[in-house]
Amino acid sequence: MSDSSSLRTPSQRIAWTATIVVSTLVFIFLIAPILAIMPLSFSSGSYLTYPLPGLSLRWYDDFINSPRWMNSLKNSMIIGVASTALSMVLGTLAALGLAQWKSRFKPLVLAFVLSPVVVPGVITAVGLYFFFAPIGLTGSYLGLILAHTALATPFVVITVGATLQSFDTNLARAAASLGASPLEAFRRVILPLILPGLASGALFAFATSFDEVVIVLFMAGPEQRTLPREMFSGIRENISPTITAAAVILTTVSVILLATLEGLRRRNERLKGGGA
Amino acid sequence: MTTAFLTGANASTEVPLKRRLRRAERTRQVKALALVAPLLVFLLFTFAGPIAGMLWRTVDDPEVRQVLPQTVAALASWDGKDLPDEKAFAALASDVLAARAAGTIAIAAKRLNYALNGYRTILTGTARHLKAMPEPGTARETLGKINAAWRERVTWTTIKNASGPITGFYLLAALDLTRNVDGAIVAAPPDQAIYRSLFARTFIISLSVTAFCLILGFPVAYLLATLPPGRSNLLMIFVLLPFWTSLLVRTCAWIVLLQSNGVVNDSLHWLGIIDEPLRLIYNRFGVCVAMTHVLLPFMILPLYSSMKAISPAYMRAAASLGAPPVTAFLRIYLPQTLPGIGAGSLLVFILALGYYITPALVGGAADQMISYFIALYTTETANWGLASALGAVLLLATLLLALVYGKLVQGQQVTGGMKN
Repeated sequence: MSDSSSLRTPSQRIAWTATIVVSTLVFIFLIAPILAIMPLSFSSGSYLTYPLPGLSLRWYDDFINSPRWMNSLKNSMIIGVASTALSMVLGTLAALGLAQWKSRFKPLVLAFVLSPVVVPGVITAVGLYFFFAPIGLTGSYLGLILAHTALATPFVVITVGATLQSFDTNLARAAASLGASPLEAFRRVILPLILPGLASGALFAFATSFDEVVIVLFMAGPEQRTLPREMFSGIRENISPTITAAAVILTTVSVILLATLEGLRRRNERLKGGGA
Repeated sequence: MTTAFLTGANASTEVPLKRRLRRAERTRQVKALALVAPLLVFLLFTFAGPIAGMLWRTVDDPEVRQVLPQTVAALASWDGKDLPDEKAFAALASDVLAARAAGTIAIAAKRLNYALNGYRTILTGTARHLKAMPEPGTARETLGKINAAWRERVTWTTIKNASGPITGFYLLAALDLTRNVDGAIVAAPPDQAIYRSLFARTFIISLSVTAFCLILGFPVAYLLATLPPGRSNLLMIFVLLPFWTSLLVRTCAWIVLLQSNGVVNDSLHWLGIIDEPLRLIYNRFGVCVAMTHVLLPFMILPLYSSMKAISPAYMRAAASLGAPPVTAFLRIYLPQTLPGIGAGSLLVFILALGYYITPALVGGAADQMISYFIALYTTETANWGLASALGAVLLLATLLLALVYGKLVQGQQVTGGMKN
């Protein structure tokens, strides 16, 4: 409301209308593909065209009864959960350390820690392929978990680090002065306060692993194919409606992650607002 | 009393207190470093080490040295001006016999074939026809009879250039350069000179996608930054949902939409705009549309945060001082969004440079970017030296741009807005 009241001249009004029109088109561009693919997964026909000949759940049935797809879903969960757990431990420790560490080398170390995000996936994948093959880590769960952990940890460091920045260190000092051991102070004072940050870090880490496909392409054996990897070969060969069912399942996971993250953010803002 | 106590305490314990403080601080720093150390060690093993290993492969040249050791040794003192001496021919004959017995001749043949087309035939043919070690003094004659190529200087300089242990061959090849028979760096033969145009193509696609993202992202970011928080938070879902949706889902969706009997073509046909389906995918258009869709949120989010920080008072001040809206926008608002434009564009450009999945799935043969060739040479043709050299060029470009990005966003709060 306040925005439109400040628009006095006709040209301003035109500019504002144009902004709204263009933005609406861009929003449609952003969201329409994701929405368009969903109804196709409920089609009773085997062609990916509209109008739908009828509704059915046969492609979900196909997905659930296909050992290939179910195995890939299982693999995505195993690798995602394991690399999230590992990156949480490594990333949280590092964020805690970086928050206290004072050195002129700190920006350098931080850049190094964050670099897996910036370096193109293909380069990391090729490097890991050369490096892991001779020691038997290609075609293994462990190899993929380690690789995904390397990609996911920067997000944990960023999110937990941001939470620690707003964390009042006096609280830890107070705990110490009241006789708490460092471990106890961490467990009973610091941890509960930074928990939302940890949770969003974990969500980012899981999403990174759950969506990753380049490294899986290079390193996974037939046994370790993940859901995105199955989708990749499915799209390459020929797109069957089962892929659209897989896409809906993946999107549902994304929406759950996004909703959880948004919930955490709101809770955090409310807490901050209450404290001020 | 307090002051008296403090000064008294100061006088007697100043030095030890300082030292104790320093010691406590040092312990604190060591502890902090100990917390970071596990991640550093982990990344050394799972990230830095592998990439260093890849970079090493751009200069590593072991094959010929391993398969033809005596020849390499015999050619070490050869000046390359004339044909090598009889000793080198004999060494080659002996090496070829040994390599055939060991089954390793193909390894050297493959490496030499990279440098000189047809070398595979020369070497494997020689291995096939050479039955036994030639009589002393006749090696040159025998080899020359088996294949006339051994009477040519370039056949020998190719071996000498590939003798290792390190080589600039792959890096030169990645830049469409090669060494001629006299060892001078010259342009590669046209049938092998594909990499400069590959870099140009990668650069052009990335730049176009960045431009599209900026054009589409700017109004959206402006709208989101201007609307009251309640409504902009709601609209933010349109940006965040695609951002969080799997890359594969989005690429798949574009294929479904843009294929010849897809939704877009059907609608255009139904509306009577077209008679024949348009070719919208497996070409440059498809790549640009899908990549713009994937990378647009990376443009909107930094733009949004830079615009959010601009106080509306500036625009009001400009208006009250008599600036027409366009002037106020161009001279007051736009300059303040430049950090956001820079950060968003660099981020999108960096991510686009290294893209693999989307072009691989929706591009044609003429739309593949560097990453595709790196993957191809790694897994399909196993030309690891060239894959690594292309990787090294891509890595260098990415790191330089990331450095600029780092300078640009310094001071701005970096949230976890990066994915993929």
